[in-house]
Amino acid sequence: MAEPIRTDVLIIGAGPVGLFAVFELGLFDMKCHLVDILDRPGGQCAELYPEKPIYDIPALPTVTAQELVDRLMEQIKPFNPSFTFNRMVTGLEKLPDGGFRVTTDENEVFEAKVVVIAAGGGSFQPKRPPIPGIEAYEGKSVFYSVRRMEEFRGEDVLIVGGGDSALDWTLNLQPVARSMTLVHRRPEFRAAPDSVNKMFALQETGGLEFRIGQVTALKGEDGQLRSATIKGPDGDVEIPATRMLPFFGLTMKLGPVAEWGLNLHENVIPVDTEKFETSVPGIFAIGDINWYPGKLKLILSGFHEAALMAQAAKRIVSPGERIVFQYTTSSTSLQKKLGVA
Amino acid sequence: MTKLTFVAFDGTRYEVEAENGSTVMENAIRNAVPGIEAECGGACACATCHVYVDEAWTDIVGEPESMEEDMLDFAYDVRPNSRLSCQIKVRDELDGLVVSVPERQG
Repeated sequence: MAEPIRTDVLIIGAGPVGLFAVFELGLFDMKCHLVDILDRPGGQCAELYPEKPIYDIPALPTVTAQELVDRLMEQIKPFNPSFTFNRMVTGLEKLPDGGFRVTTDENEVFEAKVVVIAAGGGSFQPKRPPIPGIEAYEGKSVFYSVRRMEEFRGEDVLIVGGGDSALDWTLNLQPVARSMTLVHRRPEFRAAPDSVNKMFALQETGGLEFRIGQVTALKGEDGQLRSATIKGPDGDVEIPATRMLPFFGLTMKLGPVAEWGLNLHENVIPVDTEKFETSVPGIFAIGDINWYPGKLKLILSGFHEAALMAQAAKRIVSPGERIVFQYTTSSTSLQKKLGVA
Repeated sequence: MTKLTFVAFDGTRYEVEAENGSTVMENAIRNAVPGIEAECGGACACATCHVYVDEAWTDIVGEPESMEEDMLDFAYDVRPNSRLSCQIKVRDELDGLVVSVPERQG
């Protein structure tokens, strides 16, 4: 096992609420590390609606989601948090001498005195296209990302989608594949025009086939795909396919949170409203992923939860230490931490 | 008030009175029409409020804009009369509009 990275508080999820938790924890001198499945901070704000305005952040009459994330990143800078992106937290276990061990899907190991779950609607994962029986092929002949291009060499590759991922992999895998088919439901693409032009040029020279339509059925055995049925404007066609890559965007799934032994209530984590602690002492849940009577899934509610959670976390991280309530406006010691005094 | 009818996948009809200026999605959520999820809350960012506009109404409702078309790529069983209900604003001409809910959202 790799040498664990040690931190006071491990925060799962780098959305707005996870980011603001760094601020509240930082005021109490707790060092934070954040893990997020996306490749950048911001969570849903960054992934789903970065350009959309938000109107209910106190004192900011209008702010775009990305701007809110940028401002939070600026606000927590004095506390110098560390981040691990592109990782899903898969394991969370209690250590015998207190604290927790947290592991990711790439086998990184973290040890923290406190864990804060700020995972919003869960982790973003590739959307599974609604094709009957597709589960049986996943990981064997249907993939949602390309880890090794060699797995596609000499195969009849079918790529579905019209964005950059679909077009990029169509072009990259075309030279190694035995045959390449791209299926998209319409002739317009979201992908970069240059990639689209290259794709059409390859179609002209017979290097690949582009079909308009939607995949409706798969055939094969023991997880090995053989063919796919495409429903197009002129009816159904069955094409040979031994590898399929669907690119249908991301969706939010609760994911491994369900396996950590916490009490759950309809895919959210019940907490108290004093500390926002889960059924396991030392594990807190804040933001959209928690539930308590009266819960509202608002960013501002998550900020409030972060502030109260930080008080309780401090008692665990520094037992016996007196907690002094202070205002950033008047406290020289808080201002020193913020680098302004 | 403008009358809207949602036809759930099981055929149940939900007739609702909608305020002009609201979106068709908001009325589905307010009236708990099953099968409309609206995960992103109406930001045209998720394709989980997909509906089929009744053939008699497609011309009046109109075509999706390009951003909506892009999102429809992520929806299930997209047809020529597919729309995202968060992008249809209720107005007088839509009085009597019928939309049906697909088998599932993405």
